[in-house]
Amino acid sequence: MEEVDKKDINDLLKWKKIKPEVPELTGNISVPEIKLWASLDYKSQLLKQKDALKRLGLPSDGLVPDWKNKFLAKMGEMLKKYRSVRLFMDICVRCGACADKCHYFLGTKDPLNMPVARQELMRRVYRRYFTISGRLFGSRLGSADELDEEMLALWYTYFYQCSECRRCSVFCPYGIDTAEITMAAREILNSVGLVQKYTYEIVDKAQNIGNNLGMVPDAIVNSIEFVQDDLKEQTGIDIKIPIDEVGAEVLFVTPSADFFASPHIESLYGYAKVFHQAGISWTMSTYASEGGNFGLFSHNYNQMKIINKRIWDAAKELKVKRVVCGECGHMWRVLSSFSNTMWGPFDWLDQRYPAPQHICEFTLDLINSGAIKLDKTANDDLTVTFHDSCQVARGSELGGKIDGQFEIPRALIRECVNRFVDMHEDTIREKTYCCGAGQGLLGDDMLPLRVKGAMPRMQALKRVKDSHDVNFLALICAICKAQMSKIFPLYGYPMEEVGGILQLVSRSIVLRNKEGV
Amino acid sequence: MPTIEFNGKQIEIDEDGYLLNLDDWSKEIGEIMARQDEMVLTDAHWEVINFLRQYYEKYQIAPMIKILVKEIAKVMGSEKGNTKYLYELFPDGPARQACRYAGLPKPTGCV
Repeated sequence: MEEVDKKDINDLLKWKKIKPEVPELTGNISVPEIKLWASLDYKSQLLKQKDALKRLGLPSDGLVPDWKNKFLAKMGEMLKKYRSVRLFMDICVRCGACADKCHYFLGTKDPLNMPVARQELMRRVYRRYFTISGRLFGSRLGSADELDEEMLALWYTYFYQCSECRRCSVFCPYGIDTAEITMAAREILNSVGLVQKYTYEIVDKAQNIGNNLGMVPDAIVNSIEFVQDDLKEQTGIDIKIPIDEVGAEVLFVTPSADFFASPHIESLYGYAKVFHQAGISWTMSTYASEGGNFGLFSHNYNQMKIINKRIWDAAKELKVKRVVCGECGHMWRVLSSFSNTMWGPFDWLDQRYPAPQHICEFTLDLINSGAIKLDKTANDDLTVTFHDSCQVARGSELGGKIDGQFEIPRALIRECVNRFVDMHEDTIREKTYCCGAGQGLLGDDMLPLRVKGAMPRMQALKRVKDSHDVNFLALICAICKAQMSKIFPLYGYPMEEVGGILQLVSRSIVLRNKEGV
Repeated sequence: MPTIEFNGKQIEIDEDGYLLNLDDWSKEIGEIMARQDEMVLTDAHWEVINFLRQYYEKYQIAPMIKILVKEIAKVMGSEKGNTKYLYELFPDGPARQACRYAGLPKPTGCV
């Protein structure tokens, strides 16, 4: 019997290569006519590497025997442990305010990507097994469903078509946090052996090698030395990127993509120039070589803690006074909002500074105090707009001020360039659209979904391109950078029009050689 | 698991076409993969693939694109030392497509 069940679920979740369809760019975002099951075929690949699954403490042989009971036991545990999830199960009145707010719904037209419908997948199981009426009447209760292979496949499919960006939550009159429901669902799926490859291959590398790319210390050093040599070649100045230096003032933590990928690497040039010019001693760490924390993407707090611990330990061992973070969306959320609940607050760092501090705030303060100067004319070839990353915009504050997470990046961009223009107000700040690849959906396997999920952002961008000749989209998240540089050419725009804010700083900072620094 | 047939042997690859066991690689496997994509590998392609393999042997990861660009400029002339040229060689992106033909794993993370 078990064997038959296993085969069924494997068929239901079989990944197949689908050619991405690129939506037409009109400059408008309109509510589409629904197309039932339009994105049913967009499946995330499953992680099948047994050794990685074992290291993660997850089932390593596909769907577990007796999966239904284990699923319900885990769901019961989640409902008890996360009272928010239980509350969100009970309080939705299905008003539909969220229905047209999701970029994946707008892009795919699939009604199961309406946030309310996605949540209903969990609620239908919840009502059937965790409420009195459901236990008495079963699925005869119109709003409840049996938990079977088909339901399981729908969970895996549609909870991996949510990027946990929380745009829908902004519009929910009850404040239901859809991301929490998705996280809980993914955790339940993990417990029965349906583990998504993209996220968990990376969680494994981050925990065991130390970063998402799986770069060993020698590879990090080689990349950084290359950047140092290149900086010298470009500027004629010795700009150091210190690594593992005990006693530096600042530990700088950033996504490992910043040592590797384009355009991410351009911001590394910016970070190095800022520290150099300000004369602040800093270090990167080969041990804490990852800012990103994919442990956040499910409700597995323990996985998030293990990854976070490296930053904590490196800061102690390197005896730094400050921790500054590079351009990464969810790193900022984890470090500024969750970190103090894991290993205690950073109260042993220098309390005169925010701990941790975001690179945008750090750089803007240095400009305001006159410690560094920028020459905006260096960016006169650019007209810039800014995409608020969802995890910064809706997941955290920045700079200790109301709306700091919106104002500080914009203020910094305005210091770098003469021409800055915002996209339509319904698509920025707390109403920002996800880039289309957040929280575990950046894999190549999900490209067809990513292209459609990027549609609302691309429409808003087209509008400012047409009206103001925008030719640079500034970002502060490694996922957004990877997604947009891949998606831009598909929509007919050059990938060079995507980059970090610190890339703009890098182009415009006024450098001079400093003796003895 | 999908496979590629080579010399009467079934070589295992993952769903995206990357080798599961890196030791299975040979030049011919690279050529078979390219042929399936309707591509013919020239000396320029092999220059990239061989460099990726050498770098991987040392650092267990492919080099960042800037390192690759510099190497290509050194070997093939500065007019070819740019990202655009690499994308002309490997339209699916050098990190993904060239790594696949080189028998190396796909880079993971926010890349």
